Amino acid sequence: MRLDQRLIAGMITPGTRVLDIGSGDGTLIDHLFRTRGCDARGIEIDMGEVTRSVAHGLPVVHGDADHDLAHYPDGSFDYVVLQRTLQAVERPREVLRQMLRIGRYAIVSFPNFGHWELRLKLLTSGRMPNTAVWNTPWYATPNIHPCTIRDFLALCTEEGYRVHNWMAVDEEGERAPWRRSIRLANLFGEQALFLLGKESGETDENHHRVNTSRPDRAKKK
Amino acid sequence: MDQTDISAPVEHDRAVFPDGLMLDCGTVLAPVEIAYRTYGVLSPDRNNAILVCHALTGDQYLAETHPVTGRKGWWDRMVGPGKPIDTNRFFVICSNVLGGCMGSTGPRSPRPSAIGAQDDSGAAPVAEPWGTDFPPITIRDMVRAQNALVRHLGIERLFAVVGGSMGGMQVLEWAATYPDMVFAAVPIATAPFHSAQNIAFNEVSRQAIFADPEWHGGRYWEVGAVPARGLAVARMMAHITYLSEEALTRKFGRRVRRESMPPATPCTVAEPQSLSLFGEIFEVESYLRHQGSSFVRRFDANSYLTITRAMDWMDLGAEHDGDYGGPFAGTRTRFCVISFSSDWLFPTSQSRILVRALNRAAANVSFVEIESDKGHDAFLLDEPDFDRTVRGFLSGAAEHAGLECSVAKAEGIRGDGVVLP
Repeated sequence: MRLDQRLIAGMITPGTRVLDIGSGDGTLIDHLFRTRGCDARGIEIDMGEVTRSVAHGLPVVHGDADHDLAHYPDGSFDYVVLQRTLQAVERPREVLRQMLRIGRYAIVSFPNFGHWELRLKLLTSGRMPNTAVWNTPWYATPNIHPCTIRDFLALCTEEGYRVHNWMAVDEEGERAPWRRSIRLANLFGEQALFLLGKESGETDENHHRVNTSRPDRAKKK
Repeated sequence: MDQTDISAPVEHDRAVFPDGLMLDCGTVLAPVEIAYRTYGVLSPDRNNAILVCHALTGDQYLAETHPVTGRKGWWDRMVGPGKPIDTNRFFVICSNVLGGCMGSTGPRSPRPSAIGAQDDSGAAPVAEPWGTDFPPITIRDMVRAQNALVRHLGIERLFAVVGGSMGGMQVLEWAATYPDMVFAAVPIATAPFHSAQNIAFNEVSRQAIFADPEWHGGRYWEVGAVPARGLAVARMMAHITYLSEEALTRKFGRRVRRESMPPATPCTVAEPQSLSLFGEIFEVESYLRHQGSSFVRRFDANSYLTITRAMDWMDLGAEHDGDYGGPFAGTRTRFCVISFSSDWLFPTSQSRILVRALNRAAANVSFVEIESDKGHDAFLLDEPDFDRTVRGFLSGAAEHAGLECSVAKAEGIRGDGVVLP
């Protein structure tokens, strides 16, 4: 499992309901089920990955963040995870809204476009930067909505989301030391990882006291 | 046309329910007999049963030589020891649907009449068949009959219900009607409603049967006739919808049958005068005619009418203001929805409607579209990704159900390299 996935798993309370958007080969949901007793499910856009996941007994549906989240009922999950995908969706703001509608918490990771190497390459060459993380030419990249850590925080403020936890990690997923300073993280962090809730939600201290009852049950009969 | 031998007596295993069933139409159908086959061994806890539901023209002979046709079981490649639905592990049940003609109560069954009570042997040869007077049935009625059978076998909860096409409709009705009895559901190449296009195809099939001079208003047995041409045409038309353009092109292309070609002209452009204009010229025609003629040997026209109508009535949203998620509210069943990319009879778009409805019901659902050029019939044919999906889903579900040995066996299978590429 990638280290950033381990960090995500560390944010998730055992025994909760988790939806992983962009579940890939299903590593995270498999881990959450086996080691944390979570009811973890996935959505994946790549049919080959979906088939492999289901053939391993994992509950994964073919679908994507832009078109399929609207069909889930309010509050049907405790955590909704979006790994390294926010920059590639059609409507990132709407996807975040949907995540916090169907889930109590949203866990979002994305590559940080504010990293110093990108800034330097754009400044010196005058061309779209090409790095280990941003490694496809502008006309072929699926990353149509790149943002920086500060951009993301500004959107969270605008939308009234509460940041319960955040960290910047490098490409290999190692935890990076610039956790306390947003400005340093925005300069040196290759990947960003956020745990969000709604502003009206609980405080950081009790986020681990997640309600594991199923709200959808209430609607029955 | 081939000789028909559907009246040839074959003894089918069956369960008899003297009190019958209350049907959706309000009629009580009694007695009801359900012909079935089982494979594998029921565990002492009775928790390893899988019900497989057959499609429109299938029957209970799932994984063994068919006693009427002599051919392999229709899902022989899927069900058996070590196969994706592993009979070393699961107890597999398959029954002929209500309304069918392979031993279950249907239009060809004797109609209980006022003239004398039928004795237990049920073999009274003078009894008149139901024919077109057989009450209209629904997919849910078929499922009710299966439920009676499952309980008759002493099973209170099915580990899984699996089926393709009309079998998939039954899977959905099972999960909707008896949610606490279905741990896992695998609806394959199906939809939560029968589309206008599919009703239209069914109607053409029915009209072909009605147009046969041997139809005799549905009482063809009285004159010892069978509307074989009409039924064969219905089958030919339907068979086209089970395939795809790619599959037909790959199998037949524009190839002309050898004997149709004029001897001196080996090219495909034949002079029309030298041939019978409407004989079997193209290979695809020959194939379809064979499909039609072999079908009438094993199927009853009135059953075909009854069952196609049951499919037409299928609409899970009907009682929920058009919301297909309504019947699944609060469901705890684990679903695995599977479609095939070239299926135009039950296209992936309809599976997606089902998946989204299940999401609205907060159901635990997996959804895979298998890449295939074989059309709707792909679920009956060799598709390794499909096999892997079914096997893997069932293994995963067995683990969640706490079925004994499931983990060890699943890992054993993985170790053998059967599951994983």
